[in-house]
Amino acid sequence: MNGVHDMGGMDGFGPVVAERNEPVFHEHWEAVVRTIFERTNGRYFNLDEFRRSLERMPPDAYLRAGYYEKWLFAIESILEEKGVVAADELAGGRPSSPAPSPLPKSGPAPSQAPRFKPGDRIVTRNLHPQGHTRLPRYARGKRGLVRRHYGSFALPDSNAHGRGPDFQPCYAVEFEARELWGSEARTGDRVCIDLWESYLESEVSV
Amino acid sequence: MSDQHHPEAPSDVEARTLALESLLREKGVLTSEDVDRVISAYEQDIGPMIGAHLVARAWVDPAYRQRLLHDAPSAVRELGYEYRADTRLVVIPNEPGVHNMVVCTLCSCYPWMVLGLPPTWYKSAPYRSRAVREPRAVLAELGLQLPDAMAINVWDSSSEVRYMILPERPPGTEGWTEEALAAIVTRDCMIGVARPQAPALTGAPR
Repeated sequence: MNGVHDMGGMDGFGPVVAERNEPVFHEHWEAVVRTIFERTNGRYFNLDEFRRSLERMPPDAYLRAGYYEKWLFAIESILEEKGVVAADELAGGRPSSPAPSPLPKSGPAPSQAPRFKPGDRIVTRNLHPQGHTRLPRYARGKRGLVRRHYGSFALPDSNAHGRGPDFQPCYAVEFEARELWGSEARTGDRVCIDLWESYLESEVSV
Repeated sequence: MSDQHHPEAPSDVEARTLALESLLREKGVLTSEDVDRVISAYEQDIGPMIGAHLVARAWVDPAYRQRLLHDAPSAVRELGYEYRADTRLVVIPNEPGVHNMVVCTLCSCYPWMVLGLPPTWYKSAPYRSRAVREPRAVLAELGLQLPDAMAINVWDSSSEVRYMILPERPPGTEGWTEEALAAIVTRDCMIGVARPQAPALTGAPR
């Protein structure tokens, strides 16, 4: 989805400011959120479903919230959606039903013949799905070069929506900065993005 | 606490977190030791010292460097660390004339298995939006001025691959022990927003 989470190339957020001697957690509740995530991720939901849940936070709230506040929102929504907690339980603080059985462990990715190989020239498709995707907006309809083939990964566009993993070959694809950002970018600078096969077309076939 | 990126937690976030935690404990999803275990893991065991160990070993042992670049998870285990992640670690070497850095524009993917949890700036909108488009300006704000002739490769972590940068060994460290070398490899060097310096060459502290 074309949401505010897809931040690559946006302006207006100000400078990058590093905090000196930053603690691992600033507040105890952040560690609790992290723990809840680690105990439930892969057990009641997959990581793509979690990311889709984050992306459904209203855009104004997403931009205002700190990192673990976003996570809390995403965890509450996904656990409710998966029936691990119910809205009345959250409001009342008392459990009314047991947690469901954990998801079965997903099998290994199949071995698939990749369509592309390192050195191939590709063009990314100009896709704008309403649902979750990992093809960033700034890299749609752009020419690039396949650098590495990583084997097959679950396609987030499918796996985030309960439609199964739909394993596909995934590649590290290199783009010239000028292809992405125009003539203001430095010649020689590049951006590499991991992209699934269905995001790509062969350059010669377009 | 940085006032820019980490506003005071509204009490409702903390209250919601504790309510969810208590509910999940009653349902048997969490135990009371889980939070302490997570805090202790990220405060003691999983942090940039792991990445620094890999880098220092790669600097003194060319065969290890090849294994690290070819199969990073095995190279992590080889040094005695557990590799429990579902995600794959890939190590990208800096080379003469090419500097590499890592970002996740779509969320905050980070090589936590070798660097621990990410700093707040890495997860912030300014870094996520600007690293792919104006990497030189971002690096300058974080204290790194690159020579004009050096090209930049930015790795946008969009899949279940987690990237770590293998910095170049700085001049002035000939004959150093692995331990001494590891001590100059900071977290930021392995994200790619700093470069290791031998102490004699180090400028003003950031």
